[in-house]
Amino acid sequence: MGFDQYHEPPAELPDRTRTFARLCTSLTEEAEAIGWYEQRMAVEQDRDAVAIMRDAQGEEFKHFCMDLEFLLRRTPLWREIAQGILFTEGDIVEHGEESEEEAVEGEAAKGAPLAGSESLGIGSLQEVAL
Amino acid sequence: MSHLLRGQAPITEAGWTLLDDEARERLGPALAARKLVDFKGPRGWEHSATNLGRVESVGDAPKGVDATQRRVLPLVEMRAPFSVARSELADADRGADDVDLEELDQAAHRLAVAENAAVFHGWAAVGVSGIAESSPHDPIKLGKDCERYPRHVAKAVDALRGVGIDGPYGLALSPKAHTDVLETSQHGGYPLMGHLREIVGGPLIWAPGLEGAIVLRVGGGHFLFESGEDLSIGYLDHDAEAVRLCLEESFSFRVATPEAAVALTP
Repeated sequence: MGFDQYHEPPAELPDRTRTFARLCTSLTEEAEAIGWYEQRMAVEQDRDAVAIMRDAQGEEFKHFCMDLEFLLRRTPLWREIAQGILFTEGDIVEHGEESEEEAVEGEAAKGAPLAGSESLGIGSLQEVAL
Repeated sequence: MSHLLRGQAPITEAGWTLLDDEARERLGPALAARKLVDFKGPRGWEHSATNLGRVESVGDAPKGVDATQRRVLPLVEMRAPFSVARSELADADRGADDVDLEELDQAAHRLAVAENAAVFHGWAAVGVSGIAESSPHDPIKLGKDCERYPRHVAKAVDALRGVGIDGPYGLALSPKAHTDVLETSQHGGYPLMGHLREIVGGPLIWAPGLEGAIVLRVGGGHFLFESGEDLSIGYLDHDAEAVRLCLEESFSFRVATPEAAVALTP
């Protein structure tokens, strides 16, 4: 039985966190599968076999994207950082640094909840008004 | 488990999500002060006082010693209790879409009104001075004819500019004033709301808990709301019929630049 996705005792984790961890594990597995198919196709000589593997890899792309979208919807800070990096052009590292800085500073200014807080996470509403 | 004791309540994860989402939805429109003043924190439940950076002398210091004591503004804790029927929570777990959360909605409104009132009009018992009462500008009478509101609001904006307070400005309106403005078109059919927004150049906010209206500088560190624990739902107790919960928060509020606001009285 594999419960490797849990780093902390599962019984102590809220449902929401267990679901989050499951999807993180699923995301990792999809990325691994994408890499495996890429390697298999690189060495396979049979064109029919390659076509099947390419089709299967497409499924993994879809699964990976669905997992990622779920996790981003559940994690606003992650989503905000991702928005500054994904589907852009130019220097990826530069976009990453800028996006992280803006998102983290923005979170603090909006009164983001403290880690582990059970609050409603409302904070500042000034941005909403302006 | 935190002091909110949520783990003690007979409420499922899905039930807590429902309650939290409902509270967020109901609080959002009514939390007027947070749309206009600066928000610091949350600092956490353990945070007890706001540093004012000032001291006062201690009268009976030991001989040969000068002593001063730091001045702080203690945070106030506010709670609005409410009940939810356990049968309603059970129905929610079954997938019901029309769960009766009326008491939660009312509690959310009470707490938002209390927060707004503390910020706009102060709360002497807990040492909080409000924006309206702190303003050194002469209050402007709104009167009953709301077609004259643009003139009054423009006068308030002029008063702010006159003391060197630049925009963006915001206009907080009591529910009655807000309704009057919404219902009024000026000569030519131009909505009064649009005209007022052009004058202040910033948001017009529906503000339950406010009497009259206030024109103020938005942001800039002039009005400081410090949150200890931000709005949360906690558990009180339960019986076979209902679960008793409360919406709660801890905060302080202080006015750093009294001249950055002008009160308009009803």
